[in-house]
Amino acid sequence: MIKSQAFRILFVLLVFQTMLYAQSEGMVSIKGSRYLPLYGRDSTVVAVKDFEMDVYPVTNSQFEDFVKKYPKWQKSNVISLFADKGYLVNWKSDTELKDSEKPNSPVTYVSWFAAKDYCECQGKRLPTIDEWEYVAMADKTTKDARSKPEYNAEILAWYEAPRTNENTIGLHPENFWGVHDLHGLVWEWTLDFNSVLISGESRKDVDKDNNLFCGSAAVNATDLMNYAAFMRYAIRGSLKAKYSMKNLGFRCVKDIPNEF
Amino acid sequence: MKTILKLMMLILTLTMVSCFNNKETEYANTEDIPVNREMLAELTSPPHLPTPVGRRKAKKLIVKMEILEKVGEMTDGVEYMYWTFGGTVPGSFIRTRVGDEVEFHLQNHPDNKLPHNIDMHAVTGPGGGAESSFVAPGHEKVFSFKTLNPGLYVYHCATAPVGMHIANGMYGLILVEPEGGLPPVDKEYYIMQGDFYTKGANGERGLQPFDMQKAVDEKADYVVFNGKVGALTGDNAITAKVGETVRLFVGNGGPGLVSSFHVIGEIFDRVHVEGGDLINENVQTTLIPAGGAAMVEFRVDVPGTFIIVDHSIFRAFNKGALGMLKVEGEENKKIYSGEIRDDIYLPEGPGIQSMPTTDEVVASEIPAKSFEEQMEFGKNAYMQTCFACHQAEGQGIPNAFPPLANSDYLNADVSRAIGIVLRGKTGEITVNGEKYNSVMTRQMLSTDEIANVMTYVYNSWGNSKKVITKEMVEKVKKSK
Repeated sequence: MIKSQAFRILFVLLVFQTMLYAQSEGMVSIKGSRYLPLYGRDSTVVAVKDFEMDVYPVTNSQFEDFVKKYPKWQKSNVISLFADKGYLVNWKSDTELKDSEKPNSPVTYVSWFAAKDYCECQGKRLPTIDEWEYVAMADKTTKDARSKPEYNAEILAWYEAPRTNENTIGLHPENFWGVHDLHGLVWEWTLDFNSVLISGESRKDVDKDNNLFCGSAAVNATDLMNYAAFMRYAIRGSLKAKYSMKNLGFRCVKDIPNEF
Repeated sequence: MKTILKLMMLILTLTMVSCFNNKETEYANTEDIPVNREMLAELTSPPHLPTPVGRRKAKKLIVKMEILEKVGEMTDGVEYMYWTFGGTVPGSFIRTRVGDEVEFHLQNHPDNKLPHNIDMHAVTGPGGGAESSFVAPGHEKVFSFKTLNPGLYVYHCATAPVGMHIANGMYGLILVEPEGGLPPVDKEYYIMQGDFYTKGANGERGLQPFDMQKAVDEKADYVVFNGKVGALTGDNAITAKVGETVRLFVGNGGPGLVSSFHVIGEIFDRVHVEGGDLINENVQTTLIPAGGAAMVEFRVDVPGTFIIVDHSIFRAFNKGALGMLKVEGEENKKIYSGEIRDDIYLPEGPGIQSMPTTDEVVASEIPAKSFEEQMEFGKNAYMQTCFACHQAEGQGIPNAFPPLANSDYLNADVSRAIGIVLRGKTGEITVNGEKYNSVMTRQMLSTDEIANVMTYVYNSWGNSKKVITKEMVEKVKKSK
């Protein structure tokens, strides 16, 4: 009797909880906070609001569905302003991957415009650099693992591993937030990828009168040893929105509404 | 008619002169040197060089350089993820002349993970070109510059973290030849030093990741020429023939260490100090700063293997900074004799010497109790002590060590023979009609052992079959 009552309460609670948080499919909730990004100084602590993030990067097969639904993003239709010649070069036709590609690998050779539109069509958006970095600084057990040598070593190991973009999603364990593959598979587009202003000359950016001046140069960065992060800021700095790159994919995030 | 001819001649001469003048125009400002025609630059991997520029006119020179991130071997069993310009460490050699307009195409291979750029010290402009060459994987950046100053210059990647890109091998040399080219030499080679920082210690096997902390501390695990241990040794050695002139284009990519560049057994006839115009002559070791270069010229006069090192010498023999220049040809005894003799050196002067040890000689634990035992023990002592010089059958070595077999000298005087074993002997002696002038050191043998070994010698190889007793040895010892 007591047992079934407890079960009933539990059941009600469970249903109620899912309604409360309404977590989207394939996404996890990220509890926002204030954090110190790589390029910041004491005065530039950044506040990240609560949001939801895709557990995995967008896959080839998911993108296949997308281009079938939105032909303007098929490679023969795409406007050259929105994607360079590398766009989906690993596809054999407008709607089909080459046989050598795995459906469960992250989609790459996509421009920022395409990635942005994909997310928007799902009712989502691309993460900001701060959101992405905030989630990506976690390891399996801690929210901010940046000071752990193993954390950096693992990230750097994949920079030195060739052709990781050909691996499938989910091979890397989830991090503290339940997100997979932020490191170890592909670089990812962010909404404001080029907001950390770096010129091609990464040694002189220190002179810029800009809060975000040191995205790629070592001087004045918060953590001189976190050179894995320098490389992420460097790669973002080298991009233009129409670029399509072999090692660059994306995932989406979603704002959590303040009130239900 | 004649005047017309004269006039024509005059005009012709004048035009010829003016043509000639035009050809030899020297420009006060190298910026003003005009370029004509396009030319695709020849790029070579180390230790080779592109064809000398010689007297060619300034051109628009198109350089296409591809960036490749790839795993290579640092030394046997140790792999490293190199980042390269043109697939090699150091990167491809670029050869230009002053006044060239270089159109540079920097291509970042699509398989690469990272963006890169290039800072060429030969460029006059912001970042040495880095500013305009920052290129994402799968893209190509193009920029152009005019070579204003002759010299040998380093190029390297300058993308954040800059030190890491250099430490992974992203450097090379660009030569800007002066008007008319460099004086011709017989052999030219491209050598570039670099220091590498790995997670594992020197020699630790497997794919070794880059170690930022060691790089910051400038504690290199490997210091090497041309990207890896052994890139210039053995079959990879650079070569020349006796009488040839050799020019080495030597760079130092760093990132951390300066190089004390030295070729063991050669003197640099001429060094373009730091790759510039200043010529130093008769140089033993030239300092090459990180991010600097030098042109080193010398004539090879004698054959042999000449070892190329960073004379911060532990780097050479313990961290890899070792190369070889193999020179073939006729020996020149006047310049270098080679080994003439291998003599014994006597620190006390030409007198009798002793081995630097105590006089206390431990007597044989078991004294010989019979002639057979004397022979047995004597043979053992002979094989340990005398064999190397006097040989197994007592035959000696012609012109060096006298024979004991059938020896008239030995058989003539037993006491003298005992004395020689006891105290050693130098100076000329005649044995069986042959003169010998060498040294026999005093032997570290006990009285018993001397008696045994001499009995063995006297009773072998046709000698007089005398038996030497302990007492006979003692007697000679006391007699002095």
